Amino acid sequence: MIYLLCVLLLLIGLYGVLVKKNLIKIIIGLSIMEYALFLFFAVIGYREGGTAPIITKGFEKAVFVDPLPQALVLTAIVIGLAVTALLVSLAVRIYEKHGTFDIRKIRRLKG
Amino acid sequence: MLTILILLLILMILGAIIALEGKDLLSAIISLGIVGFALVLVFLILQAPDLAIVQIVVETLALIILIAAILKTTREDTTETRGAKKIFIYLCGLGFLGLFLFFINQTLTELPRFGYPIMRMAGNYLSLGLTKTGASNLVAAIILDFRGYDTLGEVTVLFTAVMGVIVVLRKIGRRTREKLPDETKVTGSRKIEEK
Repeated sequence: MIYLLCVLLLLIGLYGVLVKKNLIKIIIGLSIMEYALFLFFAVIGYREGGTAPIITKGFEKAVFVDPLPQALVLTAIVIGLAVTALLVSLAVRIYEKHGTFDIRKIRRLKG
Repeated sequence: MLTILILLLILMILGAIIALEGKDLLSAIISLGIVGFALVLVFLILQAPDLAIVQIVVETLALIILIAAILKTTREDTTETRGAKKIFIYLCGLGFLGLFLFFINQTLTELPRFGYPIMRMAGNYLSLGLTKTGASNLVAAIILDFRGYDTLGEVTVLFTAVMGVIVVLRKIGRRTREKLPDETKVTGSRKIEEK
């Protein structure tokens, strides 16, 4: 059930990337796909009745959730922000040159 | 707890649909903020506080970047397709997504059940993490010690992306402006082409 909802979120983002004609909408779709992926990783690492993987006094033998997907997602979140910033700056430059976000009207890409 | 999780996921899906279908780009971006901040809550419920902290900061920055871009350009989304072509596009998109969902639904049964991960690698990290690295936060121990080279690669990607943003958004250089005192950028690039 939870896995299916994650995949549904990913598919909504994919739908935005495939169908939408506005550059900002495409960037939003990519962000939604990223979020769905982070969510999927965090869900895969969750353990029933587990606590956050931080060792404190008195909790040395507690049941911890899987820390490996969390470490991978931590890396991916920051990279996602950098990719979004790069895409937005490219979109702003395209708007300055062509005066539109519509990808069907951005034809003269050279020169 | 599972109920709250499912409700938050449904909220995220609704926010994503509104973000993609709204006519006003500013409201679309704020709906994207719904998805991001709901993700923060989901991380907290899934016992990942490090992820929640990073996601709050990153989501705020992403919203600021997107809103600044919108204020600099335009708010209206005028890229609506009309008539039979619109129906055709929607049918194609939905058909493809339905096919994808059908096949992925069959693969999902192979995954371990929710709440019972395999943890073949992580068992080692959990038992040896404190003695080998001295870090009480095991996520930090994995990022900075066990998988330090991954983090090095991440920093490289981050640096490259920031360089890309600076190169794309920079103003025209000083030397070029002195040479072409009152000509615009377009004529400058045309002169380079003629050479």
